[in-house]
Amino acid sequence: MTSTYPAPFILSNIYDKIKSTLQREEWEAARGTAVLRVSLFVTCLVDACFPEVGVSAVRLLRRLGVEVDFPPEQTCCGQPAFNAGFHREAGAVAQVWLESFADSDYIVTPSGSCAGMIRHGYGELWAGTSPVGSLAKELSEKTYELSQFLVEILGVRDLGARFPAKAVYHPSCHATRLLGIGDAPLILLRRVRGLELVDLPFAEECCGFGGTFSVKFGEVSGAIATDKARNVMGTGADVLVGTDMGCLMNIGGRLRRLGSPIRVLHLAQLLEEGLA
Amino acid sequence: MTPRSTMKERASAALRDEFLRRAVKTTTDKLFLGRRLAQQSYEDWERLRDRGRAIRAHVIDNLDFYLGRLTDRVRANGGQVHLCREAADVVRVVTEIAARRGARSVIKSKSMVSEEVRLNRALEEIGVRAVETDLGEYIVQLAGEMPSHIIGPAIHKNRQQIAELFSREAGRPVAPDTESLAAFARRRLREEFLRADIGITGCNFAVAETGSVCLFTNEGNGRMVTSLPPVHIAVMGMERIVPTLEDLEVMMHLLPRSGTGQKLTSYVTIVSGPRREGESDGPEEFHLVIVDNGRSRLLRDPRFREALYCIRCGACLNVCPVYRQIGGHAYGWVYPGPIGAVITPLLQDDLDRWGDLPFASTLCAACSEACPVKIPLHDLLVRHRARYVAAGKAGMAERAAFRAFRRVFGAAKKYKVAVGAAEKLLRLWVRDGHMAPRVPGLKGWTDSRDFPALARRRFRDLWPELEKESPGQKGGKAHG
Repeated sequence: MTSTYPAPFILSNIYDKIKSTLQREEWEAARGTAVLRVSLFVTCLVDACFPEVGVSAVRLLRRLGVEVDFPPEQTCCGQPAFNAGFHREAGAVAQVWLESFADSDYIVTPSGSCAGMIRHGYGELWAGTSPVGSLAKELSEKTYELSQFLVEILGVRDLGARFPAKAVYHPSCHATRLLGIGDAPLILLRRVRGLELVDLPFAEECCGFGGTFSVKFGEVSGAIATDKARNVMGTGADVLVGTDMGCLMNIGGRLRRLGSPIRVLHLAQLLEEGLA
Repeated sequence: MTPRSTMKERASAALRDEFLRRAVKTTTDKLFLGRRLAQQSYEDWERLRDRGRAIRAHVIDNLDFYLGRLTDRVRANGGQVHLCREAADVVRVVTEIAARRGARSVIKSKSMVSEEVRLNRALEEIGVRAVETDLGEYIVQLAGEMPSHIIGPAIHKNRQQIAELFSREAGRPVAPDTESLAAFARRRLREEFLRADIGITGCNFAVAETGSVCLFTNEGNGRMVTSLPPVHIAVMGMERIVPTLEDLEVMMHLLPRSGTGQKLTSYVTIVSGPRREGESDGPEEFHLVIVDNGRSRLLRDPRFREALYCIRCGACLNVCPVYRQIGGHAYGWVYPGPIGAVITPLLQDDLDRWGDLPFASTLCAACSEACPVKIPLHDLLVRHRARYVAAGKAGMAERAAFRAFRRVFGAAKKYKVAVGAAEKLLRLWVRDGHMAPRVPGLKGWTDSRDFPALARRRFRDLWPELEKESPGQKGGKAHG
């Protein structure tokens, strides 16, 4: 039976490598003639609660020679309503998102979850055949989570940052599972001078946030967050770093309630602080 | 646990059971790590998953054809086939066979479908003793409970609790060590095997091509139940078919590796009908009971049809952060975890009672990642939520909240005004950069976690300054 299987794994890995090299070459060719233009989708959570994360993201991108704009009509990708089952409401808000970014070359966001909503959730919301659906599909293919954009599109590995601390990285579920950013954040973190990166036990287990779940099933959500916070504390790290403020707000909120002094930072903040 | 309780109430009750939580976590950890190792030991796991999925998709898309073929082959093998639409039909078919045979004792190997239709209770009502012979099922039966895990029915119990159950059954103390417990069960069940008039089994897969029923077991009880009593009744969900023996081989790799982390279960039993002339053992009668019991509702609905691809390995339970905290009983019916939350509301066809299950998930997609046949369980959970909301079942406060969300987030101008006003209002509750506990509507969060205050200046307010910064400028006024 084995003989009927298609080509073994190794070939598909090589294929992926070729693909990402081609993408990078395409960009490098483009860079020769023009500056790369990125529209920042800051996300509603960062806009309203953690604006410093957006500031760091913009500064990082600019340092790398990228031109950044901020489409002023943006609000939210619609995910809160989508995940809660309110798809009409989600669709109305998501439509505003589409209009805001309709002219963008690249859309970069400091959230794997919101990027995941656009890349994955919009396909659930609209079939690709309608005019809205095809616009959504077109824009979703240009949408990247920040670290994913840095590694996959800009081909950056080492930003030259220095950040002397012991840190743990929490891989957010939507960034890794829905969006598939893989090791992009770790690729960047491993090259930060002075940063000791320690393993987080059960790293891939959810932090328990889950949008409205965190309030509807507050007790269960809190219990999951407790496990995550204890795992983080058990590593003896000074810093918790991640790609999504939703998860970090949840874990951080539990850490703070438990009296832990661990600093909670978005990847963009850590990298930018390390460059300053 | 009252039958009318909500998912939230049952989850809260489970969270207070420290023992249960420890037991569930230990076991799911073990199964999770086992699965990972077993998958790594398979040369090309991803392609195997794709193949498994393709087989399941093909069968579900052509279910009428394969049900017909399976029925024909089983009959040609000398077996009888019973198609049952409802739970009551299953009960009627099985109790009629029991009555006709004058049966007094039935032995069972693991069958989730028989839990669905509450077969044991129905048999007891007509005076037939049904005894579970899978060790986990036997323990759960003695405790008068439902299984709490698809493949580990009694993972919520420890040795001490099992020893108490066995001692009560034995009428003498049974020591709480594994050897004594296993020895008691073995002795006790052996009597049952020899005495039984009918053996009832589930069916991991039915092979359409050969008209066979296949059982994956680890204790050998499946083999005893199918060969010792004069009658064998196999109860199967109508979707549980693979076309050929070759396809079965794919499932033989996928299911144990995903479920228990074994490369192969200790026993794989393939039964193709009753004893034939010249054969020295096997049952005189073989019955295949094919059960719909709500499955055609899933089949009809393209949003949920993929849930029928499920091969009942339990991998989605072991990785689910919610299941790992609360165990299986909190889901309230036979099938727990992500797959339970997807199929229960449809199999039971009761949104009021079961519609809250799909909300008990963080949508982390660990289930979809673990599923050996790649069912996008987190998408199905979201589709369920949309169905629930569209049916008008969401609460008034939530409906109002999302109407407001649509208005506020539907235009940047409104958003700016509303968030600005909210920030000013919420300042009343801000202590040290965070919200004081007991902010209206946030109780579920603030009971265990701090919630950050809204920023006094939003990113969009900082943007005009930030826009003017030169690239590479170190720090700047725009920082908060």
